[in-house]
Amino acid sequence: MIAPAAAYVALLVGLPVLMSLFLSVSDARVGSETISFAGLTNFRSALATPAFRVALRNSFLFTAASQALVVAGATLLALALREPFRGRGLLRLLVLLPWVAPISLGAIGWKWLLDSLYSVVTWVLVALSLVSASNPPMWLGEPRLAMLSVLLVHAWRTLPFATMILLAGLSAIPRDIPEAAAVDGSGFWRTHFTITLPMIRPILLVALLFGVVFTFTDMTAVYILTRGGPADATQVLPSLAFFTGILGGDLAQGAAISLFLFPLLLAAAVALLRLARRAEDAS
Amino acid sequence: MTRRASTTALRVAAAGVALLLSFPFYWMLLTTFKRTSDLYDLKNNPLLFNEAPTLEHWRFLFADTLYPRWVVNTLAVGAAVVVITLLLAAPAAWALARLTGKWGERVGIGMFLMYLVPPTLLFIPLSRVVALLDLQDSLWSLIVVYPTFTVPFATWLLFGFFRSIPRDLEDAALVDGLTRFEVFRRVVLPVSYSGLVTVAIFAFTLVLQEFVYALTFISSASNQTVGVGVPIFLVRGDVYYWGELMAACLFASLPVAIVYNLFLDRLVQGFTMGAVK
Amino acid sequence: MAIVETRALTKRFAAADPPAVAGVDLATREGEFLVLLGPSGSGKTTVLRMIAGLEEPTSGEIWIGGRRVDGLSPRERRIAMVFQSYALYPHLTVRQNIAFPLKAQGVPRADHAARIASAAGKFQLDRLLDRKPRELSGGERQRVALARALVREPQVFLFDEPLSNLDAKLRASAREELQRFQDEIRTTAIYVTHDQIEAMALGDRVAIMDRGRVRQIGTPTEVYDDPADTFVATFLGSPPMNLLERDGRIIGFRPEHVRAAGGGTAEDSVVFRFRCELTEYLGSERLAFGELDGDWAGREVVWRMPSWQPAPEPGAQVAVAVARDRFRYFDAATGARTTPVSLG
Repeated sequence: MIAPAAAYVALLVGLPVLMSLFLSVSDARVGSETISFAGLTNFRSALATPAFRVALRNSFLFTAASQALVVAGATLLALALREPFRGRGLLRLLVLLPWVAPISLGAIGWKWLLDSLYSVVTWVLVALSLVSASNPPMWLGEPRLAMLSVLLVHAWRTLPFATMILLAGLSAIPRDIPEAAAVDGSGFWRTHFTITLPMIRPILLVALLFGVVFTFTDMTAVYILTRGGPADATQVLPSLAFFTGILGGDLAQGAAISLFLFPLLLAAAVALLRLARRAEDAS
Repeated sequence: MTRRASTTALRVAAAGVALLLSFPFYWMLLTTFKRTSDLYDLKNNPLLFNEAPTLEHWRFLFADTLYPRWVVNTLAVGAAVVVITLLLAAPAAWALARLTGKWGERVGIGMFLMYLVPPTLLFIPLSRVVALLDLQDSLWSLIVVYPTFTVPFATWLLFGFFRSIPRDLEDAALVDGLTRFEVFRRVVLPVSYSGLVTVAIFAFTLVLQEFVYALTFISSASNQTVGVGVPIFLVRGDVYYWGELMAACLFASLPVAIVYNLFLDRLVQGFTMGAVK
Repeated sequence: MAIVETRALTKRFAAADPPAVAGVDLATREGEFLVLLGPSGSGKTTVLRMIAGLEEPTSGEIWIGGRRVDGLSPRERRIAMVFQSYALYPHLTVRQNIAFPLKAQGVPRADHAARIASAAGKFQLDRLLDRKPRELSGGERQRVALARALVREPQVFLFDEPLSNLDAKLRASAREELQRFQDEIRTTAIYVTHDQIEAMALGDRVAIMDRGRVRQIGTPTEVYDDPADTFVATFLGSPPMNLLERDGRIIGFRPEHVRAAGGGTAEDSVVFRFRCELTEYLGSERLAFGELDGDWAGREVVWRMPSWQPAPEPGAQVAVAVARDRFRYFDAATGARTTPVSLG
């Protein structure tokens, strides 16, 4: 009964991974009739390209920065949403929206929000006199602002997911633990920082790992917001792989670039497995 | 600070964050109903309606663009993929759930890890596979490829559901004379009906969200899905028609949001690997 | 050591429902171990939680050590509580668990080591200080919970059914621990349980609760020998007191006070004719279940005898006697205790 599913997945996931490896050491291009072995040329030439080095750096930078924001924000939200109160249902729905909307559509929304002329963010900043109206910030056009925008969109998108996972973790804490802490004399903040949060550390790690994987491997946000620009300043590994392999036609090089995603994925998978095993041992 | 004051402060901060998170959608809502002249007048306060609202963008979207076609395409692909996914994942998940010993858990996790292999790693070789199968620029390419991520995801979630069905139920059926397969079909499936519906809904949202494969495999505008059609083909030349774009985004996002909200708890259960009951 | 007092303490969870706690008046004595005993739903745990500050009373007052506390948070009440599950912090070691209340209350660092050592020593936890709770046995966890409660030198100890999660064998030795603990510490303690054996063994006084009200407070001997109403009479004692109703009156006598007739004189005992239906052999004692004939025909009675006595034949009729001073009299309508009546 497992056979059909296992076979399907093995075929359409396992095989392509192998193909990726195969392509990366070949000289395949879109539409090429014959493919010959090319050794590590693709990898070497990738590493030599400045765009690649930027993409590699950005992949890690965007992921780390956005997920740091997510951890802080999700913790805050989860602690606040834990107990019922009037309006909690509405808040939860609002919090969910960024995750639920298709990535591409959310990104398009942001593109409009960050338009160099008509951005409402700019308008607010001008109204607060923090920015001059004659020189509005090019949110997606200036390299550093563009990088900031991309990583903020990533944080915006993955925050709801982390929040929901943390909420579930908090609800698993038995009721008498915070009560015991209250009787022991622990106040609001002390209980949260020394008891509640440490207890959900494993769940927090799970949420973080998923967020890391989703962000690191995503090309949609970059593609839609900046197409990797300006001048490759916001390229990340997946988007560069796309531009090189599909739009540029160099399948082999594209495959090579995308394979650089693999080590991080492997690390994340190992970490998740370890967490799962520890969860099982503890129960 | 007293406990009550601290709690309130926390909630106010959270409300602030929630407003920030949802603001883009409010912005989308405003934009779709504003006249174009209102939108592009720099002197206007963007947070208000300076002129009367209009339905022009919506009319244009549904009458003069390919958007309705894309919606239909997406629904069709979604339905087909959900059916395939359930057909493949349900038996597999049940078999895994009933495999005694640690192996059940291990293969289950292995399946789930397949979900972590991203489209951005597989899309290049898969584009070649699609070309080989002569499915390029066809929705069928998506129907064939999408199960690569929906099946592991669905198997994992269903694995959790099936594991929680008490074995006694199935043992009683076996004693009553049914074969293993009949037990699956006539006892397990009906009992986990709500679980199956939940998984179907989430698989559908995964299809809806997909971008990379649709962008890679499908080239003509009329065959596209909503996720790719809107950002790529609703743009004429270099000009973005924001009113229509925002309408398109809202129409595709809100129904999903409502449904998602209703079924959220089940999904979270699955993702946290049952470490959280 | 302090006195805990509640005055007209009431708790209603939903306006439409009957109160969970209906006007409870309690006052502990200094250094006493007071047990709140009752079936589930009697309100005993709710009373305890209100004393702890974990639930807010709907009305009424709570006083601890001469100070009114019902508006205060738990941390301001200087109490310690041992929960049913012990509520040990799973991510902290035993040492850190015991240290937690000291840190929370701002006790100076320098004093921590000494106080932890003293509390840990009392419960023989010295070797376990660096372990985590999940590595400990049930009995060890109880000791950690006690040490953590003790280290704060509270005015009052509160116990919420701490033994009910333990299996039967462990329960007896854990109970002994608690008894020794109480004898040594002599701090006022309030202990909630549904187990009458625990209540009788541990309590200096027992307060029996039913549906939100206190039916009787007294020493174990008082509540057992002189129950205030039929509820108390049947709740305590296993099997419960025999109750025979006639003419608006109920007479009760305990199964262990039944003996084979022929021993005492006629004036100080009443003789019944007992037809045994079945007997149960319990090892150290025997129970005989049967019906009475004659004046009290049809009433069911349980007779408890030491197992070395020969068992009555099933179906056979035997003359049994109960000493008059063992009878208790109740009003049939209210269940309350009344003055003795003459019996035929």
